[in-house]
Amino acid sequence: MKPAETVSEARSEKSTSGLVMRDVNLQIGDGEDIVNALSDVSLVVKPGEFVAIVGPSGAGKSSLLAVAGGLTTPTSGTVLVAGRDMTVAGNRERTALRREAIGFVFQSGNLIPALTAEDQLRLPVKFGGKKGRDPLELLAEVGLAEKAKRRPHQLSGGERQRVGIARALMTGPSLLLVDEPTAALDRQRSREIVELLARETREHGVATIMVTHDHDVLGHCDTVHEMVDGRLSRID
Amino acid sequence: MFLALKELKFARARFGLMGAVVALIAVLMVLLSGLSVGLVNDGVSGLQRLPATSFAFEKGVQHASAFSRSVVDTAAVRAWAERDGVEDAAPFGNVLVNGRSGDGVEIDLALFGVEPGSYLSPAVAQGARLSGDAPAGIVVSKTAVDDGIKIGDTIKIARIGTELKVVGTLPDQHTYGHVDVAYVPLRTWQEVHVGAGPGDEVPERAYREITAVAVKGDSADLAAGDRAAGTESLALADSFDASPGYSAETATLQLIEVFLYAISALVVGAFFTVLTIQRKQEIAVMRAMGAPTGYLLRDALAQALILLALAVGVGVAVGVGLGSLIGGTAPFALEAGAVATAAALLVLLGVAGALGAVLRITAVDPLTALGGSR
Repeated sequence: MKPAETVSEARSEKSTSGLVMRDVNLQIGDGEDIVNALSDVSLVVKPGEFVAIVGPSGAGKSSLLAVAGGLTTPTSGTVLVAGRDMTVAGNRERTALRREAIGFVFQSGNLIPALTAEDQLRLPVKFGGKKGRDPLELLAEVGLAEKAKRRPHQLSGGERQRVGIARALMTGPSLLLVDEPTAALDRQRSREIVELLARETREHGVATIMVTHDHDVLGHCDTVHEMVDGRLSRID
Repeated sequence: MFLALKELKFARARFGLMGAVVALIAVLMVLLSGLSVGLVNDGVSGLQRLPATSFAFEKGVQHASAFSRSVVDTAAVRAWAERDGVEDAAPFGNVLVNGRSGDGVEIDLALFGVEPGSYLSPAVAQGARLSGDAPAGIVVSKTAVDDGIKIGDTIKIARIGTELKVVGTLPDQHTYGHVDVAYVPLRTWQEVHVGAGPGDEVPERAYREITAVAVKGDSADLAAGDRAAGTESLALADSFDASPGYSAETATLQLIEVFLYAISALVVGAFFTVLTIQRKQEIAVMRAMGAPTGYLLRDALAQALILLALAVGVGVAVGVGLGSLIGGTAPFALEAGAVATAAALLVLLGVAGALGAVLRITAVDPLTALGGSR
């Protein structure tokens, strides 16, 4: 079913959770305009590990998140999430994986305007599949116990981002993909949000990848990688 | 339906405006439906309530004015009665007259001449049925009673001076061409038809002339019967078009109704198209979070259905309320069936319009959720 070599190699590293990317290439465009958005990217994120990816705009950071999150199928390579290979999964299966095994934290929260903080957390459970955690408990955990009934326009930027993080954790994912979480926040708020991400990553044993421009917050991360022209390299 | 209901509640001003538009269209639909049924009643209820299945008119008569122009010989009645599949055939006469009652009530009447004792002679709500013993006795529509005519009144026909005496009233509305129907014994009708007043000499041929043969028999072969009797048949429903103004009135109203249905569906479609485009970012976010497309579609359609059902419900209630105020001043009659059909069509077509709009959900790329507002 799958190429035996890569799968067994991947399984040996971590078979049930976290993220394993092996030799992933992603070409965008066609004809003479082909761009290598990802070139031979390999990355392993273990449960409880907090990985940051930095790099200039257009270097392929968002592409990496898209591939890891099953939104884009790579041209070649293997992507294992919770032990399942995203690159061979069908559309329906990838949707189910996103629902059950992956949590997304978007820029500026990307909350649904009509829903209260509590309902934002209930939403992913309504999509079906997994039973969720207690939304009020989770809101308390991110420091928003008092604001469960507030809607996005009644929350500050930092609070919206906290709701976004709590929402991503509702279904107990094994992989958390975080896209520029501090882009719209001041330094103080940025530090608090990244601290929260680091704490949740450890407490819940989630494999977390955070794409960021913000070099100030890297101190909270276990490892930092730099993306340049689709190539990923570790910074020590 | 979780999201659908929360959004309806959250954006209630926006959805309320849309609902108001649909509700107003529903009000209009109810009023038009009432007007439509009212006009049909006014135009042809006298014909609708006849037990006949078809009319045999004079051969070659203009269909649009058959009831006023056709003259058939009474011999055709016998010819039709002998046909296979004809249960009954009776002479039928129609003429419009202007009358005035003893109390001074001016009234126009459609005189339906029928033989007393024939199957066309109607049952009465009050008074007596037509009788050969009372050649001037007439049975009038309930609507004539509403206009001030009562049993025992004498109605004098303008110009020729024939006096008719009201002996009975019908249980419901019998009108023809917006005029009250009065059933009159055939012999008297034939005299009125040739314009013979009291004391005038009546030509012999008058008693052989009728407007049409009213035929009863679902399995009658109309074409063969026409060949045998030298007539031209119209089924009862087709004969409605021969009532003055009937087809023009109903066609106009139907056109308005069709346009309203189309406008309603398009307005709802346009609203949900704009709404779906505005929701593009949040739909992308939900799809990235793993929301199945089916879930999002069902949710959006449920939202449309709830909005439409509420709006149409309110609109129908208001329309029926307004309609009950109109009653009496205009030809207006609400029929539960017609109103229910209009309401169901509005909801159904609205959902169809919304479906076209929310299908855009399937085209939203979850990838656009990444990179913020880019």
